[in-house]
Amino acid sequence: MAIKTSTAIKAAPWLLTVAIFLVWEVICSGLKIPDYLMPAPSAIWASGLEYAGPIMMHALQTLWTTLAGFALAVVVGMLLGLAVGASPLVYKACYPLLVGFNSIPKVAFVPVLVVWFGIGTIPAILTAFLISFFPVVVNVATGLATLEPELEDVLRSLGARRWQILVKVGIPRSLPFFFASLKVAITLAFVGSVISETVASNLGIGYLMMSASSSMNMPLVFAGLIVIGVMGVVMYELFALAERRLTGWAHRNPNAPG
Amino acid sequence: MSFVKFENVSLAYAPGGANAIEDVSLDIREGEFVAVVGPSGCGKSTLMKLVSGLKPPSNGYVFVDGREVGGPLKIVGMAFQAANLLPWRNTLDNVMLPLEIVEPFRSNLKKEKAQYTADAEALLARVGLAGYGSKFPWELSGGMQQRASICRALIHQPRLLMLDEPFGALDAFTREELWCMLRDLWQEKPFTVILVTHDLREAVFLADTVYVMSKRPGRILVRKEIDLPRPRPLDVTYTDSFAAYVHELRDHIGRIRES
Repeated sequence: MAIKTSTAIKAAPWLLTVAIFLVWEVICSGLKIPDYLMPAPSAIWASGLEYAGPIMMHALQTLWTTLAGFALAVVVGMLLGLAVGASPLVYKACYPLLVGFNSIPKVAFVPVLVVWFGIGTIPAILTAFLISFFPVVVNVATGLATLEPELEDVLRSLGARRWQILVKVGIPRSLPFFFASLKVAITLAFVGSVISETVASNLGIGYLMMSASSSMNMPLVFAGLIVIGVMGVVMYELFALAERRLTGWAHRNPNAPG
Repeated sequence: MSFVKFENVSLAYAPGGANAIEDVSLDIREGEFVAVVGPSGCGKSTLMKLVSGLKPPSNGYVFVDGREVGGPLKIVGMAFQAANLLPWRNTLDNVMLPLEIVEPFRSNLKKEKAQYTADAEALLARVGLAGYGSKFPWELSGGMQQRASICRALIHQPRLLMLDEPFGALDAFTREELWCMLRDLWQEKPFTVILVTHDLREAVFLADTVYVMSKRPGRILVRKEIDLPRPRPLDVTYTDSFAAYVHELRDHIGRIRES
């Protein structure tokens, strides 16, 4: 019984995905919905094969701008998170600014970036960065700020310095928070780079979709959407795997969502 | 010659606010086992923060080992009601944490790693955790975690051990087991202990001297020497003289609660 449940759990996401595509296919072909309104999965697949070369090229562009922006977000987010979490003064000073900045829709910021850096790669990287660093800051800061005071007292009573407390307890303890934020941040980074590409670029999946939709090539638009989705899932799973490897101590409940 | 000395100590957490403890004076010899009892919220834990130098007093003076306390002391080990073991370290690494911070261990850690590991394992064996060093804290029961926590408090051979209700969250049987464990550790190589508790039996069984504190603001109301012969077997808790001590302390606490 136990084995059965675990295989069922493993197969469930694949089965559901296949089921959704099947229903989609049946509805599209059954109701004879034209491709320029809502392409059926088969049409999307055909279009994906037809444009495999360009899709690949644009997808790689999107992937690398996303990863570059994400890497920037991780470094900046972690440093800022450590500063905000470790010092109440920095926390008080930065938090309203951070929240305010995060509330600005990043798509509104792209034109500014274009004025500064021109169209193309750099605005895409920066938009990915801007949209994805906030969860990293908040999570790392939360991990540090929720440190049990007794734990701190144990170390302080031994004469530990602040940086020792940070290294021995603060950072390891905030690692699970950090990894949780990476999973959110990587998906947001895709949102950022694609937004920037749709607005101001002649490269990337975002640009590909914009130009396809302007020529009413809806199967290609959907192929682009699916490629972004697949890249997002793959990156997410990669970080989920790293999380389980590095902070297994924090995930002892086998039923907890990974 | 007293080892820990309080002279008319008061502490208010907020400047100008209400005192958590007020006008506390006490004298503790080196190697003495002291228990502090009192109603909850009477500032027992505050007392610990003052001794360990985590908080400076608002008024009065705290001396440890003949010197006024001016900051966190390194000769102190602490354990709390929650074991507070680090979940990403196994039990052995948890116990050895102080060695990574306190000098001279910190500087010698690389050279003496094998020796220190052996010491830590011996200490774990002493408290009945032989072979559990590689287990992670969540794989241990509450009582075992608390044993490991006390090992961590003792590994750097502190001259002063401070225990803040360390057995409060355990069931009665485990608690008595751990009393005996602590008694044996102390009997073998006496160090100064300040045990904060609200279990009067625990206080009488373990301590040389019991201090009773009043409600907030905490003051020392009674100092009672426990004149039971050592080593004390657990059976001593069923004798009349033991019961008389507990009874007397209970009366004091009862009066505080009514007032």
